[in-house]
Amino acid sequence: MINTDICIIGAGPVGLFAVFETGLLKMRCHLIDALPQVGGQLSEIYPHKPIYDIPGYPTIKAQELIDNQMEQIAPFHPTFTLGERVESLRKLEDDSFVLTSNEGTEINAKAIVIAGGLGSFEPRKPAVIGLEEFEGKGVSYMVKNPEVYRDQRVVLAGGGDSALDWTIFLADIAKEVTLIHRSDSFRGAPDSAEKVFNLASQGRIRLLLQSNLNSVHGNGRINKIGVIDKSKVETFIEADSLIPLFGLSPKLGPIADWGLNIDKSAIEVNTFDYSTNVDGIFAIGDINTYPGKLKLILCGYHEAALMAQSAFKYVYPDQKLSFKYTTVNGITEF
Amino acid sequence: MENDLINITVEDQEGNVRDLEIPTDISLSLMEVLKASEYDILATCGGMALCATCHVQVLDDFELPEPSDDEADMLDTLHNAQPDSRLSCQIRVTPELEGMRIKIIGAE
Repeated sequence: MINTDICIIGAGPVGLFAVFETGLLKMRCHLIDALPQVGGQLSEIYPHKPIYDIPGYPTIKAQELIDNQMEQIAPFHPTFTLGERVESLRKLEDDSFVLTSNEGTEINAKAIVIAGGLGSFEPRKPAVIGLEEFEGKGVSYMVKNPEVYRDQRVVLAGGGDSALDWTIFLADIAKEVTLIHRSDSFRGAPDSAEKVFNLASQGRIRLLLQSNLNSVHGNGRINKIGVIDKSKVETFIEADSLIPLFGLSPKLGPIADWGLNIDKSAIEVNTFDYSTNVDGIFAIGDINTYPGKLKLILCGYHEAALMAQSAFKYVYPDQKLSFKYTTVNGITEF
Repeated sequence: MENDLINITVEDQEGNVRDLEIPTDISLSLMEVLKASEYDILATCGGMALCATCHVQVLDDFELPEPSDDEADMLDTLHNAQPDSRLSCQIRVTPELEGMRIKIIGAE
């Protein structure tokens, strides 16, 4: 079990700055993030894009901002759990929290700060009859171990790079591979698209273009899949497995089940201190909402500063907080 | 067209159809205009072509600039995309949109 004062969910710019603001008040932080590196979307999605609205920087590249923030919080020695997604949260008798990740890591903290940005990226699930019923019974949204599909009749659906790549890969392993795509062309990697067309013309895979996955059937496990073609006729394919690959979409994930008030995928907070409706849990940055909310990094920094003042009373219930300027007191490493 | 105003027609997820009058001198995306007009669009990613929750269909074969690679890649992954599907966050509001009709698809 990891023990800390504050557990911050999300290691993006706002989560990192929360380490600084709470660090000034002598609170220790542990951060957990589903991505394998710190920086959130700045490092994952647009590391080389310039940002123009950080005070004091006419322009700064996203990754450079993250690197600077890591340097800024180094004196407070934050600790990290990266590449793991938060799963469940429970409150102990002493009012502290235990957060558990999808890998089983447990973090005990006196307060929780959710700085989760867009949320975590999860497979997009299409509206298909019977799909959810067969999750884990033949339906999976990602390929973890391709050997599972050896000698099986596998149907893939989707037109992105991963649908193409796995179709090519599984053609050598599975007994039968079918790829369903709604369009008659692939905009993704031209090399992979050509390979898929070649496999189809050699009869090594079945390619159903201008077709849509419509229904999933079975008896405890998948046995057939309904496909609608452009003439709107549904035909059925016998199958042992279905892999829908319709990209990733940012979702709140398990956080949505923690009893927090949620409005349109964002967590409602009190702007006094960015606290949620659950005592001891705060939400800052893009993941929260309140009247007048602006999704700006700059606003997240402000929210982190106010949050830290209130989080103090959870970490040091018996101490009085006195506000100090860094220019007067400097930064005390601990 | 007067004072840089254009008219577009919007059908929401429930099938309600409404005309919107939009100024074109404000440098907004169509997604931002739809959100400001209180349509039920999540726009989780804030306009970076990442979440596809601002998915719309552009009706009547209305001519628009081709989607960027980012937008095309995202559209390619969607199960419910049609040939006329676009991400409204990637459509700039310009005078050329005058008379366009769109249907909001939103999140799956």
